[in-house]
Amino acid sequence: MKRALAKITGEICKKFGNDPTRMMDIAMAVQERFGCVSPEAMDEIARAVNSHRVEVESLVTFYGFLSVKPQGKVVIRLCRDIIDWMKGYESVADAMSRELGVSMGETTPDGAITLTHAPCIGMSDQAPAALVNEVVVTHLTPERGRQLVRDLRRHLDPQQLVTMVGDGNNDHPLVRSMVRNNIRMRGPVHFADFEPGSGLRRALTLKPMDVIREIKESRLRGRGGAGFPAGLKWEMAANAPGGKRYVICNADEGEPGTFKDRVLLTECTGQLLEGMAIAGYAVGSDTGIIYLRGEYRYLLPYLESVIEERLRRGFLGRDILGKKGFRFDVRVQMGAGAYICGEETALISSCEGLPGVPKNRPPFPPQQGYLGCPTIVNNVETLCCVSRILLEGAAWFASMGSPRTTGTKVLSICGDCRKPGVYEVPFGISARELIEMSEAENTGTMLIGGPCRQMIGSERFGGRICYDDLATGGAILIFNRARNKLEIAEHYLDFFIEESCGHCTPCRVGLILLKKAVHKVIEGAGEPSDLAEMRDLSNFIIRMSRCGLGQAAPNPVLGALEIFGDLSAGFVAERKPGLLPEFDLSKAVIDAEMRVGRQSKIV
Amino acid sequence: MAAKPRIATVSLAGCFGCHMSLLDLDERILKLAELVEFDRSPINDYKDFRARCAVGVVEGGCCTEENVHVLERFRKQCDLLVSIGECAISGGIPAMRNNIPLRECLEEAYLKSPGVYNPGGVIPNDPEIPLLLHRLYPCHEVVKIDLFIPGCPPPADAIWDALVSLLAGRPAAPAYDRLKYD
Ligand SMILES: Cc1cc2nc3c(=O)[nH]c(=O)nc-3n(C[C@H](O)[C@H](O)[C@H](O)COP(=O)(O)O)c2cc1C
Ligand code: SF4
Ligand code: SF4
Ligand code: FES
Repeated sequence: MKRALAKITGEICKKFGNDPTRMMDIAMAVQERFGCVSPEAMDEIARAVNSHRVEVESLVTFYGFLSVKPQGKVVIRLCRDIIDWMKGYESVADAMSRELGVSMGETTPDGAITLTHAPCIGMSDQAPAALVNEVVVTHLTPERGRQLVRDLRRHLDPQQLVTMVGDGNNDHPLVRSMVRNNIRMRGPVHFADFEPGSGLRRALTLKPMDVIREIKESRLRGRGGAGFPAGLKWEMAANAPGGKRYVICNADEGEPGTFKDRVLLTECTGQLLEGMAIAGYAVGSDTGIIYLRGEYRYLLPYLESVIEERLRRGFLGRDILGKKGFRFDVRVQMGAGAYICGEETALISSCEGLPGVPKNRPPFPPQQGYLGCPTIVNNVETLCCVSRILLEGAAWFASMGSPRTTGTKVLSICGDCRKPGVYEVPFGISARELIEMSEAENTGTMLIGGPCRQMIGSERFGGRICYDDLATGGAILIFNRARNKLEIAEHYLDFFIEESCGHCTPCRVGLILLKKAVHKVIEGAGEPSDLAEMRDLSNFIIRMSRCGLGQAAPNPVLGALEIFGDLSAGFVAERKPGLLPEFDLSKAVIDAEMRVGRQSKIV
Repeated sequence: MAAKPRIATVSLAGCFGCHMSLLDLDERILKLAELVEFDRSPINDYKDFRARCAVGVVEGGCCTEENVHVLERFRKQCDLLVSIGECAISGGIPAMRNNIPLRECLEEAYLKSPGVYNPGGVIPNDPEIPLLLHRLYPCHEVVKIDLFIPGCPPPADAIWDALVSLLAGRPAAPAYDRLKYD
């Protein structure tokens, strides 16, 4: 057994060239084969790739989908993010856990099935949802959860759970998923017809410099949320000293409530790959990487088949479309369940076979990114825009949207609304229009998700989706008036506490302190001074954190505090001086009382 | 002349180092005595409050039920409560037991550790001994604290600045160079 493990692990390493920068792939392959990356396997990997055990271990223990301890043959990951929680996560979790006879995080005694939870898996428009190994199941109810467990017990084959396939390419033989696209509004950039090769062909008639100029003229800004001008990023990479250059597509889509890239990945695959090739041509790169979040693993065979097909048709590979010397290849790098890997420098770390820990800046990725080479990281949607811009022209693109934010935005709308799904809308649309479009009623709060993450109340529903007002990476979460704003903020904090990479103390520890403070107020034990302290702590975390996660994680709390006014009465009150309500003296002395057999005199 | 503001100090689960630092004010201690009236404090050995105080200074966190009792009394008797030093603010050395069950701590201290001579195997349990809490609590987890002065111990200057500012009704956050030690 041990020898078999050593042999197979060695073969896996060899398949990846014994290359330590491919450690992610190696660890995932070992996990897939053996159900975990055991200490013995880690030793083997370290030996094979000439690294150290601690390097392997720090990678394996970093990622949610990798595990040192054996897991069940089938792992059920129930999404417990905010939307799923609103749609009944708890009752589904309870039903499944009873049916299985194990609690959350445990494996059935026969080693068959593990039940655990995951942060947002990108299915918020069809929540509650779960991943069963890589198979997605949606619209769960307690009854369907129980049935799912019974079925799995019989066949242990997640794919058999899919009885009805979704629309669009979700029914492609290589996808066969019950996921639905829920495209509610088709705009001209992403959901109009796109003739494969048409954008690329136009690009290749231009000089690389002029392709960059075209992108600059379109005033395309990054769709991942930060809104950095794409043309400028490309120009930096093109001008940076260095031989090899890389184009990375950020398909890590992990922001709670975002699922628009999932739809683009199946419905605009060609347009995306074309955008990557155009980027490669513009900045002088011959290698593209799609960093695909582990939760979207079910899309991998399909994506690879489209890459294959485009190779065959001359849209990828050598001498693309007959252009001598222009070569561009794409590979998919799988992630393994770490939200922070959506942050571009953490993403690069992950591609390099490291834990997904953000890097210091400068140098910025376009200067020195993947393996130290100039690298552009762009969101899926940004790269899809690129193909369309080359096809239709910068002026056409810039004529849409608001003056300073051109083009359209693909939004994922979910929460308390009748029509959750994907909407391609012109920039500049107001939050109120989104509420109407998605048929939401009684809306009390919206969360405009993305790196800035703003929570807004009704007084800001007139605000506009654009980089100068309500900036977003695409997530629009709608909450009705009955929802407690602070509870929403607390849920967000739970997410960031779990997903913090742990590098810096303000983020790692500060967020936990902030959660405690929020919880205290929710419990009705807060004082006015707690609110001030929450503000101070939030601002401290924002100021002192190294990457965008910590720098924005407290925003929902600040937002909730801002729109707290109507709520604060009854929630916070000055208290008589004395012990804090959250300090439980009787609990604090019970151990001692049991030990010495007498009662405390002061409880 | 209006009555001088009163000040009280106490050492809970601390080493008295913070009080030493307070005494380290040198001749300024006389000035402090001019500015304030010392109420309950180890400095004058008053065991309980004589009157309501403007400022209470707390060294050390809460390790026993008695610490909690005293801290609660301070909170009720003082307008402003100041946590000084690592132990009061974060628990310090006494908090090193926080990850070890109380029973194991007691057994290690009184029965198992090398050099212990305890043939009866007795763990002290006189009713006079206050019960230990299951873990050490920093002060702000027990009562509301108005100001924190970090350091182990905080330098006398930091304590001086804070007290003088508080008494003058000014914001008393310590200046950066008072907190930076390298
Ligand atoms: C914590 C964090 C998570 C992020 N997650 C994503 C993500 O899932 N997808 C994405 O495209 N960008 C994400 N970003 C933004 C990326 O760092 C980067 O700005 C973006 O990929 C650049 O591409 P763009 O300019 O085309 O938007 C994230 C940023 C932070 C700070
Ligand atoms: S802010 Fe948080 S996620 Fe970002 S580097 Fe620091 S600890 Fe890691
Ligand atoms: S903070 Fe330092 S000086 Fe003050 S009581 Fe604790 S150990 Fe002693
Ligand atoms: S899929 Fe569960 S919240 Fe997004």
